[in-house]
Order: sequence, then structure tokens, then C-alpha cells
Amino acid sequence: MNSIADPIAGAPADAKASKTEAAKTEATKAKAAALAITLPAAGERELRLDLFRGLALWLIFIDHLPPNLLTWLTIRNYGFSDATEIFIFISGYTAAFVYGRAMLESGFVIATARILRRVWQIYVAHVFLFTIFLAEISYVATSFENPLYTEEMGIMDFLKQPDVTIVQALLLRFRPVNMDVLPLYIVLMLFLPVILWLMKWKPDVTLGLSVLLYALTWQFDLYLSAYPNGFWAFNPFAWQLLFVFGAWCALGGARRMTRILASNITMWICIVYLVAAFFVTLTWYVPQLGHIMPKRIEQWMYPISKTDLDVLRFAHFLALAALTVRVLPRDWPGLKSPWLRPLILCGQHSLEIFCLGVFLAFAGHFVLAEVSGGAALHALISVCGILIMWGMAWIISWYKHSADKNASRTKGAGGNADLAGGGGGA
Amino acid sequence: MTSPRTVLGLTLLAALLAAAPARAEEAAPPQQPCDVPAYLLASDSSLPKVTEAVRGGQPLDVLVVGSRSSTIPQNEASAYPAKLLAALKEKLPAATVNLSVEIQAKTTAEETSGTLVKLVEAKKPTLVIWQTGTVDAMRSVDPDDFRTAVDDGVVALRNAGTDVVLVNLQYSPRTETMISAPPYLDILRAVAQQHDVPLFDRFAIMRQWNDAGYFDLFSTSHGVELAKQVHACLGSALSKFVIDAAHLGPVQQN
Repeated sequence: MNSIADPIAGAPADAKASKTEAAKTEATKAKAAALAITLPAAGERELRLDLFRGLALWLIFIDHLPPNLLTWLTIRNYGFSDATEIFIFISGYTAAFVYGRAMLESGFVIATARILRRVWQIYVAHVFLFTIFLAEISYVATSFENPLYTEEMGIMDFLKQPDVTIVQALLLRFRPVNMDVLPLYIVLMLFLPVILWLMKWKPDVTLGLSVLLYALTWQFDLYLSAYPNGFWAFNPFAWQLLFVFGAWCALGGARRMTRILASNITMWICIVYLVAAFFVTLTWYVPQLGHIMPKRIEQWMYPISKTDLDVLRFAHFLALAALTVRVLPRDWPGLKSPWLRPLILCGQHSLEIFCLGVFLAFAGHFVLAEVSGGAALHALISVCGILIMWGMAWIISWYKHSADKNASRTKGAGGNADLAGGGGGA
Repeated sequence: MTSPRTVLGLTLLAALLAAAPARAEEAAPPQQPCDVPAYLLASDSSLPKVTEAVRGGQPLDVLVVGSRSSTIPQNEASAYPAKLLAALKEKLPAATVNLSVEIQAKTTAEETSGTLVKLVEAKKPTLVIWQTGTVDAMRSVDPDDFRTAVDDGVVALRNAGTDVVLVNLQYSPRTETMISAPPYLDILRAVAQQHDVPLFDRFAIMRQWNDAGYFDLFSTSHGVELAKQVHACLGSALSKFVIDAAHLGPVQQN
């Protein structure tokens, strides 16, 4: 992916920009001190966004590998929501932040043009990943014969019709497992101009419309169909809620929530909910505990749909986010620590690192299938993958800051955009 | 500000620590190959018709309805239904056990569900073992439709007067990048809970065997032997599961 710096390149930080800054800064923490730092230097990034997006990328990678030791570190084992929620929320936040500024300064048409270019980049990335996937599948299909799995191997049947399959993949209707996030992201970004335009008019109404669409999705079972049959694994009609909510937070909503976020009542509600979710999750992994769960609650609660972003998942994410904002203030010194540097670096180049992660997960599966190793090899592959992601993030960073320095039109604006369409150069 | 943070930190830490021993317990390998940890074979639900038939000296007629993963091509006699029959006969020597198998290849739960009543009318089984989910997962059938189909099927079987055991997908690590099993596993679990039907968790059991190193389900190079061994173990585990759920264990052993 090449220069993604453009979205914020032509966006000099001036009065309007700093207004948005202020919104964001305040949003982050209800501290009295917040008022004093409403006008940070334009080049200063919101490192927490990078940090958690980096973390989400690592977790998504680990979750895409077969279960191993590291899988137990991922948050989906400790509650309802997982890294995808973090990823989509932060993407909505940063996208709104970057392109929202562009829309204020350069108008609807320019902002839309930039967003569409970004959509194109993500689309190309998706097609690239699909090619790699096709190579892997074709290899497995021709080399794998195990009578135990005769039935499951039927999944390769699509290879008999490569013409249809490839066209459907280009239409985003044929999506292999683990390749659902980018198509979702493409669709969400495609509607970003409209979302931002509405937000500029009335943010709360926009959020309300988003909630309404979410409710209608549940009520009338709206979905996008997929090829050869089935549906989109991440229903955009439902997942838009997180994205729009992220955008709403970025454009001042978070600031208005500061009092709620700072309240102790909120904190305790969040803690109680997270602990309850944790124990429910525990019953999935330790079935011996299953009988503790009252049947009525089970029947009401299950299944917890990931496809349609179940309310329980959304609430779980909100609780996590609220606590995180409270525990980690914007000026938390740990953000500068070298230990968190790899995560932040990965978060700053999220499209590239996301794609690399999907590729590495394919490769990891492949290695595990070819070399029969135990749990140690599984864990080793996860760790290696993360190291590779870090290394790649470092190289991309080096390119942007050193190798491409002369060519870059961006100076001091916070550098590169990323999967969100902007690293939120704040 | 510090104290709530500390409290939260400690809570999270405690949560992580609490999870660690749970994991260790789960990972502890069973004693012998083929062994399945007791919790994977435990079910709160019962099989009253099976209990009644065996205790009352009636023949126990079992019907296995499944897709292709309920058989081994050209080796039907080594597949788990046949092994189940053998194990049931051995463990219930006093009872007459019959078993028939209905393989519906490439058929979704919805398609199978429609045929169940006719099947039951024709064969009059005491117990229907319904293996489903694989084809639906491969075709990414809408989970809601899948749920409705399984639901309808279970209700139809119940109304027709048979006991039901649900069997879920195989654990197939090689196709994990291509087939998304979790939604279908969840739904089968949910439907089983809702209707109080025992669910034989084939997926978890096979994964347990793989993790414990009994079977290398990842490998490409196995011939039909691996399939035969896995099915033999599945048949034996399923027989234990059925006998447990029907509360027949102690009676027969005495």
C-alpha cells in the first residue's frame, strides 16, 4: 500500500482542527487538567488509538491461527466481544477524525474523493489477499487426501468453477473464512461520506439513525447475501453501529460523555458487567461449570450473534472501552515506553499490518499442516508472526519517515494515515 | 483516582489467574487413547424412551441420520454407527439392539429436517441420532435458518415419539481456514439446551484427542487407518454417552 498520507496531507491544523482536537482530548478524560491541554501540538498523535489498534491487530492474527497457548491471551476468551469490535470502533473514530476534518476544510466533494481513494486501496489489498488464499487452497486441495474428512474437503468444490468464483470474489460476495473484515470495512468506508455529511449536520440524529438501522436489522433480519450461498459473516447493517459510534465519539460525542465516563456508577456497572461476562465465558471453556448457569438465562442469551453484533457484545465493548479510557489517561507515561512501541507501530500502519496478519495466519496454518509439531510449535509460530508484524511496521515507518521524506508532502501533520484512512494525526 | 484503578487492575489480574488453572485442568490428558474426559460425555438431558425400551425388554432401535462425515467411504463397517452398534450390544447384552443408518450426503439441516418424519414412520426407531451442521457450515447457511431447521427437526422427532441425540461437526483443523464451524456449534448447543436433548460434542471430543496427541488430525499423509481408528473411538464414546443419558449404566452392570 503506498502513500496513504494524503488524507491529512492537505489539512493544515488551524482553528477548526484544534477544535476537533479539543473535542477528542476532552473526550478521552474527564480530568480537570483536560481543559489545559485542549490545544496540543498538531503533530502529536493520539497514541492510545494506535496502541489499541495495534493490540487488536495482534489479537486478530492470533485468533486466526489454530487455537494454541497464545490464544488464551486474547480477549474473546474473557468476555463476549473480541478484537474485531476494537478494530472497527477505532477505525470509525480515526476515519471520522481525519476525513471529518477534510470535509470541514475542503468540502464534501474533496473529502469524498479522498475516501473513495482509500476504499480503492483497501479493495486492492483484499484482492491481493484473496489471491494468496486461492494459492493456499489450491495446494491443499491437490495434496490433501484424508478419508476422515472426505465431506469437509467438499469445500474445495468452488475450484471447479474458477471463473464464477473469482468474479464473485471481486464482487466481494465470495469471501473465505478470515477474510470478512476488509469487505466490511470497504462497505463502511463507502458510506463514510454520507455519515460524515449527516454528522456535520446533526451528530446525535446520525447516531440515532444508526441505532435505528441496527434495530431494523434485528427486527427484519436484513443481511447481504454471499456466494455460493449464505450471508456476510459480518453484517454491515449491524456493524455500522460501532463504526458510526466511533465517528460520533471522534466528532465531539466522547467529550460530551466525559461526565458519564468519569462517574463511579458507570465504572461499577462496567466492572460488574465485565465480571459477569467473564464467568459466562468461563462456562464455555470449562464445561464442568455449565450446570451453574440457570437455564432460563442461557435460553435468553444464546446464541450470541457475532454476525449481527449482538447487543451483549456491543455492551461488552462499551464497558471495556469506558474502563480503558478511565484507567489509561491520554497522557499516561506508559505510552512512551519502549515496551509498547511495537504495538503502537503496528497500530500506526494498520492496513498493511492487517493484511500481513491475514497472510501470516494462512502461512501459519500451512506450516502447522506440513510440519507436525506440538503446542510449542504452535506458540512459536504465533510469536514469530507477531515479530514479523512488528518488523514490517518498523520498516514501513522507516520508509515513511526516512526513505520517502523528501517526496512527502506531509510535514508535522502526524504522518501517515492507515486503515482508518488516517492515523488520526492528532 | 488511584484506588479504583488499583481495584480494577487487581480484578483483571484475579480474573486471569482464575482462568489459568481452569485451562490446566482442561488440558490434562486422559489416561488412555480413546478416553474422553467425563465432562464431555456428561449430559443433563435424558433419553426416557431408550431407558423404557431397555428396562422393559423391548428392542432398542437406533436410527443414525447424518451426512458423509457419519461414514467412511468404502468402509461403512468401520464407521462410527457400526461401532456404536457393536458397543451397545456388548454393553447391553440383555437387550436386542438394531441400528440403521441414513446417510444424506450434501444435505443441509433444512433439507434433512423435512425427511425426518417419513424416516421415523418407516423405521419406528426408539432413538434417532442426528448428525448435522457440516453441510450448513460449508455452505454458510444463514444461522437463523439453520437454527429453525434443527429446531423443527427435533420437535418433529419428539412428536413422532422418539428420543433424540444431536451430533455436531467433526473437528477438522485442516479446513479451519475455509469452514467456519463456531456459529453452527453454538446453535446446536443452544437447540439441545432448549429442547433438553443430549448433544454429543463430537467437535470438542476430537479436538481433545488431537490436543492430547492421540490422533494427529492435522496430518495429510494418513490413509484410511486414521479414519477407522477415530470412528472406532467415536462409536465407543457415543455408546457411553447414550447409556449414560439413558441412565442404563448401573442397572446393566449389576
